[in-house]
Amino acid sequence: MSGAIRLGNRRRTPIKPSRVMFNVIGIVIALVWIFPVYWMVNSSLLPNVVLQEQTPTFVPFGGSWDNFTAVFAGGTFFPALGMSVVIALVVVVCCLFFAFLAALAISRFRFRGRKGFVLAILFIQMLPAEGLFIAQYKLMASVNLLNTVLGVSILYIAAVVPFTIWMLRGFVAGIPAELEEAAMVDGLSRTKAFLRITFPLLAPGLVASGVYAFLQAWNEFTVALVVLQDNADQTLPLWLRGFIQASASRATDWGQVMAASTLVALPVIIFFLFVQGRMTSGLVSGAVKG
Amino acid sequence: MSALTATPRRRRRILTPYFLLIPAVGILVLAMGYPLVWQLITSTQQFGLAQQFGQPAPFVWFANYVQLATDPYMWTVIGRSIAFCFVTAAVTMVLGVLIALLMGVVNRVVRIIIQISLLLAWAMPVVAAMTVWNWLFNWRIGVVNWLLSSVGLPFQDHNWLQEPLSFFAIAMIIVVWMSVPFVAFSIYAGLTQVSGEVLEAAQMDGASASQRFWNIIVPIIRPVLGIVLLLQVIWDLRVFTQIKLLQDAGSIASETNLLGTYIYQLGTGSSNFGLASAVSVFVLILTVAISAFYVRSLLKEDES
Repeated sequence: MSGAIRLGNRRRTPIKPSRVMFNVIGIVIALVWIFPVYWMVNSSLLPNVVLQEQTPTFVPFGGSWDNFTAVFAGGTFFPALGMSVVIALVVVVCCLFFAFLAALAISRFRFRGRKGFVLAILFIQMLPAEGLFIAQYKLMASVNLLNTVLGVSILYIAAVVPFTIWMLRGFVAGIPAELEEAAMVDGLSRTKAFLRITFPLLAPGLVASGVYAFLQAWNEFTVALVVLQDNADQTLPLWLRGFIQASASRATDWGQVMAASTLVALPVIIFFLFVQGRMTSGLVSGAVKG
Repeated sequence: MSALTATPRRRRRILTPYFLLIPAVGILVLAMGYPLVWQLITSTQQFGLAQQFGQPAPFVWFANYVQLATDPYMWTVIGRSIAFCFVTAAVTMVLGVLIALLMGVVNRVVRIIIQISLLLAWAMPVVAAMTVWNWLFNWRIGVVNWLLSSVGLPFQDHNWLQEPLSFFAIAMIIVVWMSVPFVAFSIYAGLTQVSGEVLEAAQMDGASASQRFWNIIVPIIRPVLGIVLLLQVIWDLRVFTQIKLLQDAGSIASETNLLGTYIYQLGTGSSNFGLASAVSVFVLILTVAISAFYVRSLLKEDES
């Protein structure tokens, strides 16, 4: 195992057998991790007759988009998509607005209760949906918001806003207040200075936080399961779940299920690649910076 | 800045942060605070089907908690949840650290390939991932059974979800698959702080690979390790989605319940909101207790 751990060493070293072995192991690990994703796409392109064969088909030669067309024609995809999109948009817009104001408060002002508020959002952010969803269900039932976009959105905003505040706080704090003050000395009002100077610098932070909020709302399952019990009002994750449930009792058209899963995963994968770096550092930044 | 000398303008400045907090606090009080209080109260009440139809709920104080504490099934569920959480978190950490170390020694192309595949796995929405894994482990035509039986193992038509133990093994594989990318990336970022010269010097002095790992690398990346492990433990306690969706695919819920699915069953299944609330309160206390360390480390960052 000599030379096993040699990080950041860019010096040219003779190729050792161990190095080749590590590269091979690395490739194997990459294949194992990507396999489920690949298998989803592969199966989504194959017709059901092929999927039902005892021997799996590993490459979708002669595949088609038929499964996707069938999903679109099924009639339940678009209502679920519409519901998911509306909820995600409401959550993103409200979350960004609320979180932005709060981030401004905690990073630009020193006030009584600031520490308590920061502590509270950090703890709230950690609360699992499972620990509250029964009570949230009763709350929504009592105000007649079960099975509504508004009901789910309210619960999602509350679940996502704490971490969004935390993310944005870092961005706001990163923009020196002196910039604003300089603009104010030059005669701009506080609001104008903020809008003209600070806000444009904040754009990347708002985008990152917005994508985070979008991903949370788009993927959420637990709360949706309790609050949206009517089959007519489903978000995409609940709609996908219907396929799993059906697979327990009768023969499933796995090609269609995988096409459906691909459709749900696609926007997420695109957005995720966008913010991945931010999310990692947001979660562990204190520790990574040392 | 005393209140006496405060000019109106200054007073407005003092009040500004509070105005800015109103929307966020408002929605948190409404959607988190109110349910939390309701839950605390309900956990001390007898709240079942009759109360669903409008009867007043009588206070039973700690009867729900006593009932849970004396119920062997509750202890089974708690034991299962904790065991699942620790085993999954441990496996995730070990694999994550190994992959992070591996990323440091492979060549650039291989590293990029590893990173892309980890990223894709990480980006998969949990429900989509669950449908895929259900398909992979499908007992009749799933690719896993085909692979195992084609190397001669007796897994043809093997139903993985029927036996609780193999059910949890599958659940663990899925959760590990989802969580390793985050661990690997975070640790890899931490590893970049370890200087190559120090490691080389240690190697020349005769330190073995494991000595270099435990005595040089681990102490340097300890903060990252700690936080990542903590997050894993917290996240692996809340695996409702994964467990629920595996149960949906056909297994006996009572034998495979963890805390989350047990609450769901008590609440929406049998409308026993008193008991469900008591279990929820237990879960919340457990999470807050474990989270305290994490929150403390985040706060340190806030102060700096």
